[in-house]
Amino acid sequence: MFIVIGCMLAGIIVGYFFRQRKIRSIHKIILALIWLLLFLLGLEVGANETVVSQFAKLGFEAFLLAVGGTFGSIIAAWLLWLSVRNKSISK
Amino acid sequence: MKGSLIILSFFATGLLLGIFRLFPADILHYNTSFYVLCALMFSVGISIGNDPNSFRQFRSLNPRLIFLPLMTILGTWLGVIAVGFFLNDRSLADCLAVGSGFGYYSLSSILITQYKGVELGTIALLSNIMREVITLLFAPWMLKYFGKLAPISAGGATTMDTTFPVIVRNSGKEFAVVSIYQGFVMDFSVPFLVTFFCSLK
Repeated sequence: MFIVIGCMLAGIIVGYFFRQRKIRSIHKIILALIWLLLFLLGLEVGANETVVSQFAKLGFEAFLLAVGGTFGSIIAAWLLWLSVRNKSISK
Repeated sequence: MKGSLIILSFFATGLLLGIFRLFPADILHYNTSFYVLCALMFSVGISIGNDPNSFRQFRSLNPRLIFLPLMTILGTWLGVIAVGFFLNDRSLADCLAVGSGFGYYSLSSILITQYKGVELGTIALLSNIMREVITLLFAPWMLKYFGKLAPISAGGATTMDTTFPVIVRNSGKEFAVVSIYQGFVMDFSVPFLVTFFCSLK
């Protein structure tokens, strides 16, 4: 966990040093890495036999809980957003 | 939406290759995804550090955003309780334990498997992976209808690692600090909250 954060801090320092010269390709690299990470996540799930064999049975319950939890938190975040958006979040 | 479909197709391809073992077995043994994650975070760091505006924007954040993790927790619980009424096989405590993973599927599924058995552990794994995938795929939609905090809240405990880049891409760099703050608070909450709900019969 701290190593991951450390990587980002290192990146911030590197990016800061090169801020005179805009690194434009970085957003394409970020997108490619997101794709790779999602691919690996799929690989990890697919390779886990326990999960795959029970996927249909447990997957539906898991799906409902995921949607319920995510949607609930979105609504809660929306309420907070409505109370702060007109304040000091500058664009 | 096109971007989301591309992401989903990468996940689906990985899933199929994983099921049919069409990949070098070493990939998963060497923590490949961890190193990719580090590379990703490094790149995100560069994009933040490279933009002189990012640091100025941090200071203008509203102090009320300190309450975002609390909103995430309470919102998740209410949503999970609502769903729990329709799941006859699962007690509300079970549902709340699964929900309290907040997308942190590795830790929550390990804890829940230990306390409650493989079945609920598997649900926890799937459900929290789904939460992460839902956040990755629907972040633009959440942003459009529920504001810039919605993708962060949806990301739960993953907002300082896996969903962080997507949040920054969608909500903007000025929300990077909120995203990390929320991920940090949630990461620490998950073990306590999951254990608590597992201890309720």
